[in-house]
Amino acid sequence: MRTIHTDEIVKNIKEMCIQANYYLSPDMESAIKSAKEQENSALGKQILGQLCENMNIAKEDQIPICQDTGMAIVFLKVGQDVHFEGQNITDAINEGVRQGYQEGYLRKSVVNDPLLRVNTKDNTPAIIHYEIIPGENVEITVAPKGFGSENMSRVFMLKPADGAEGVKKSVIQAVKDAGPNACPPMVVGVGIGGDFEKSAIMAKTALTRDVDKESPLPHIAQMEKELLSELNQLGIGPAGLGGKTTVLKVNIETFATHIAGLPMAVNICCHVNRHVKRTL
Amino acid sequence: MEKHITAPMTKETAVTLSAGDYVYISGTIYTARDAAHKRMFETLKEGEQLPIDLENNIIYYLGPTPAREGKVIGSAGPTTSSRMDKYAPTLLDMGQAGMIGKGKRSEEVIKSMVKNQAVYFAAVGGAGALLSKCIKKAEVIAYEDLGTEAIRKLEVENLPVIVVIDSKGQNLYETAIDEYLKTL
Repeated sequence: MRTIHTDEIVKNIKEMCIQANYYLSPDMESAIKSAKEQENSALGKQILGQLCENMNIAKEDQIPICQDTGMAIVFLKVGQDVHFEGQNITDAINEGVRQGYQEGYLRKSVVNDPLLRVNTKDNTPAIIHYEIIPGENVEITVAPKGFGSENMSRVFMLKPADGAEGVKKSVIQAVKDAGPNACPPMVVGVGIGGDFEKSAIMAKTALTRDVDKESPLPHIAQMEKELLSELNQLGIGPAGLGGKTTVLKVNIETFATHIAGLPMAVNICCHVNRHVKRTL
Repeated sequence: MEKHITAPMTKETAVTLSAGDYVYISGTIYTARDAAHKRMFETLKEGEQLPIDLENNIIYYLGPTPAREGKVIGSAGPTTSSRMDKYAPTLLDMGQAGMIGKGKRSEEVIKSMVKNQAVYFAAVGGAGALLSKCIKKAEVIAYEDLGTEAIRKLEVENLPVIVVIDSKGQNLYETAIDEYLKTL
């Protein structure tokens, strides 16, 4: 049994919200830089150049990479031998988000009710996904998610007969429909299997995997590669103004499913794909 | 083609801009996004005056991050324009000359743009830190309670944007991809 004070959670969540919004992770930074080298549309190359310059300004001036500093998505994997001391863990996470968005000069983009729409003015509540894991560590992922791209995300309830081809067709359709609205070049998170909501959560989790890592499952890694290549033949390009770089990476997560179904979800992220991980 | 224009923008200037032009805007523009558009729309429905005169003005679909002490504004890139499609034709009819945002527009908006000789510019989405450098002054002038969604008056210098839909209705999003694919 290990005791962790929830003040530690508050502090780490706060720091991670700020870090994610000022510094793009190294895998994303190098993906954008290498796309700029390979882009063969002149305007596309110029736009990717602006994105590289933008990352440098964000670091130097301590200003968010994008003004949509997102809704705070938090994945908390809690070792089953951990005991939290202090406040309610959900309150602690929200307190970390509150402090991070305030002290980091991040935008408060959350409204209290989807229809009444009054800004909560501190970017809470966060969307929190808890998981119990073996051991006595706590693994935290903070992934602030912008809604320009979130709005272009989809769930598809396919039939088993649709198979891998149906999955690929749906991903391509989602990316085509997203077009310039999702701030391409995009990162595409895909969840295949499970049920309705499991597929969506997997699609979001897929976005938190570094873009230089492929799926450990050979047939899925192959599908990731094929989709990336097909999507980058669409010609949508940076900012949707034509070019080779439409998608930087496709990350796919899978899970068992029911004999009658093939649920899948596509969670689209812009090039500001923020994901910070820490283990306590 | 690279062009420099001043805001507010007259119709005479608007009609010289073509889809695909790379334009640097200097002068005064206003910000408004979802909540401010909704409120302006409701204000007009009630027959009341808007807090800004739209004539010849450009609206930037923007909700910035807060400014650090001593800074003018925080990160300041465009938001997705299609959410303003419901409101844009009414505002264009009132003389609004231009819109800065990102992403596709509806047929209704494009028709209204042609009728009113207005221009739709795209700024590069996700380049908010870079774009903030072009904003020299920022002041909340209406709807302060909306926080980031308040209406701000901005003084900009060489704000880089691309004409996506021009006053003739030519649409770069429709043509650029085919043009690019033809070069391969």
